[in-house]
Amino acid sequence: MHDATGVASVGWLMIALPLLGAAVLLLGGKALDKAGPYLAVLLSWAAFVIGLLIVLQLHGRGAEERSMHLHLYSWIPAGALNLDAGLLIDQLSTTFVLLITFVGSLIMVYSLGYMEHDPDKRRFFAYLNLFVASMLLLVLADSYVLLFVGWEGVGLASYLLIGFWNWNPAYATAANKAFFLNRVGDMGMILAMAIMFWAWGKLDFAGVNAAVAGTGKGTLLAIGLCLLVAACGKSAQFPLQSWLGDAMAGPTPVSALIHAATMVTAGVYLIVRSNVIFTASENARLAVCIVGAITLAAGAIIGCAKDDLKKALAASTMSQIGYMVLAAGLGPVGYAFAIFHLVTHGFFKAGMFLGAGSVMHGMNDQVDMRRFGGLSTVMKITWVTFGLGFLAIIGFPGLSGFWSKDKIIESAFVGEGWKPWVFGLTALLAAGVTAFYMSRLFFMTFMGKRRWTEDVHPHESPLTMTVPMMILAVGSAFLGLILGPTNIMTDWLEPVVGAHEEGHPVIGQYPLMAITVVLMIIGVAIAWKMYWRDDVPITPPVGSALTQAARRDLGQDDLNEAAFQRPGLHLTRSLVFFDNKVVDGGGNGLAAGIGGSSARLKKMQNGYVRSYSLTMLLGVVAILGAWWVVQ
Amino acid sequence: MTLTSYIYLSVVLFSIGAAVVLLRRNAIIVFMGVELMLNAANLAFVTFARMQGKLDGQVIALFVMVVAAAEVVVGLAIIMAIFRARRSVSVDDVNLLKL
Repeated sequence: MHDATGVASVGWLMIALPLLGAAVLLLGGKALDKAGPYLAVLLSWAAFVIGLLIVLQLHGRGAEERSMHLHLYSWIPAGALNLDAGLLIDQLSTTFVLLITFVGSLIMVYSLGYMEHDPDKRRFFAYLNLFVASMLLLVLADSYVLLFVGWEGVGLASYLLIGFWNWNPAYATAANKAFFLNRVGDMGMILAMAIMFWAWGKLDFAGVNAAVAGTGKGTLLAIGLCLLVAACGKSAQFPLQSWLGDAMAGPTPVSALIHAATMVTAGVYLIVRSNVIFTASENARLAVCIVGAITLAAGAIIGCAKDDLKKALAASTMSQIGYMVLAAGLGPVGYAFAIFHLVTHGFFKAGMFLGAGSVMHGMNDQVDMRRFGGLSTVMKITWVTFGLGFLAIIGFPGLSGFWSKDKIIESAFVGEGWKPWVFGLTALLAAGVTAFYMSRLFFMTFMGKRRWTEDVHPHESPLTMTVPMMILAVGSAFLGLILGPTNIMTDWLEPVVGAHEEGHPVIGQYPLMAITVVLMIIGVAIAWKMYWRDDVPITPPVGSALTQAARRDLGQDDLNEAAFQRPGLHLTRSLVFFDNKVVDGGGNGLAAGIGGSSARLKKMQNGYVRSYSLTMLLGVVAILGAWWVVQ
Repeated sequence: MTLTSYIYLSVVLFSIGAAVVLLRRNAIIVFMGVELMLNAANLAFVTFARMQGKLDGQVIALFVMVVAAAEVVVGLAIIMAIFRARRSVSVDDVNLLKL
């Protein structure tokens, strides 16, 4: 570990600049209504430039010298715990920095166009800046505690942004839901830190990583599971996934920023950052794999049934993050691929969300795909950019998703016993389902017959919106090709996540690739038949039991309500009853008893000398009598 | 006549004194009741001194007389002051200590 030098020594500016932007915009008042948004975008780009310079600086060094530590100040000097605030600038954190600042800044440029007529534009950009700053703090922190500060920061920013149009009660509820489910995850994070402190007395990454060797399996498993709970909350993984769909209530750039490119990836970051712990505990990794596999399957199934454009994309995000979590759970064979898929997914999913926003922009904010169709003729740029993202996510050979997702499927088939078959087949089949639901989404929106209502006049969005989409589309298409087959990604991350193990899948690499492509073609073909060639009914058909369940998010809300909300309600009700009757009753009864008896005793204080003397006399007699009896 | 008779007399005197203190309203009379109780106590002390053949009881009787004298001075002064303030020496009128 080296102390930061050169550009890296001012690495804190990456966090400070967007934070400053948020403060200026929030405090600046109406005077900044015009210039404020531009300032916010500028500061976000400035953070990107610093990040880029730092990566170039790291690139110039030897592979083992690329990890730098920037000490900021002594933060918590408290007895056994002596924690400094510092930034860890290494391959993993800088990868995230580039993704967050580049995609984030593009989305902010897009927001300039998308939010142009919103009266609260200034507040919106302030929150975006706050979000970027928190996310950067999250990935740059050198300890779990400082990471937690950023972790909470993105939670707050997402709450503010999802509920940005909070005059609509449904949107405000969605914001609350996201916040609550995130709090459940945060509890896991706090517990993980508590166990770490109990076991090792350390909370910084370097200290924790050094202490893992020689720790009992049970402790590591407990920490791993708590970290997994934290990751589930932030990354919308099973069983804490239900907030992501509702979170689409926020303005579309928010969905793109938070729910595709950055915040939901924080859980994957946390697991990969804690790779030493997870590598040491096989059972914890198994739990991570199971969660990832369930989520990727559930997300894919939900994605097939949704008619809401953004909610279908959200289900897809859930599914793709499931792939990353599965990869992270596979251990050393998967860590690098989890991050690789995260980076490419950040590009193509952000691009598609922005495309969805562009479609909504042209369609009077409609989101029902059954009312779209045939938009390819009127929104050519959106169609092409969205199409590249679509081809990337279904794993069209050569595009980004092909390189990253196939690597995860391949890794899932590595191992012994039942695990490679279960996880591998889940990932493989879900890839086919992904191809189906993404094609369904794409065909229903851009292809086939026009099903618009008469009052909409679709038109292409302004350049501030389309240019970011184009850049992201280029990234979606070619980023995988640049980073994947050249091993740039795995080599770059190796010092952080450990040497990449070449696994031997139980099915050969090339047959596997062929099966994946065939499944993809089948998925696309079915979707083509149902949603392009045949007419799409405007009112959704009743559908099978599975379709209905998927429309209801596979009953996750009902489950949460039955398993947590109602028992919790009953518990609090009975506690309130107990509090009123027993606790308050006891306290009030005691007070009433003392008050009543004192009111009676008060009458003895009548001020008459004679009654006092009688009291004294009786007292003396009583004492003497008692004394006589004792004698 | 045995010494026990003096004790009985002392008890009778004390009871009369106590009854006066408890029952009468006039502060002067109450005061006299107190004096009667003190005298009854003194009689008991002296009698006990004779019974034991020691001087302790007589010494205490002497102290009681001294204290009683002093008390009378202060007490009468207080009663005078109350009388001048309220034109009454009834102890029931002076119940300002009541809550």
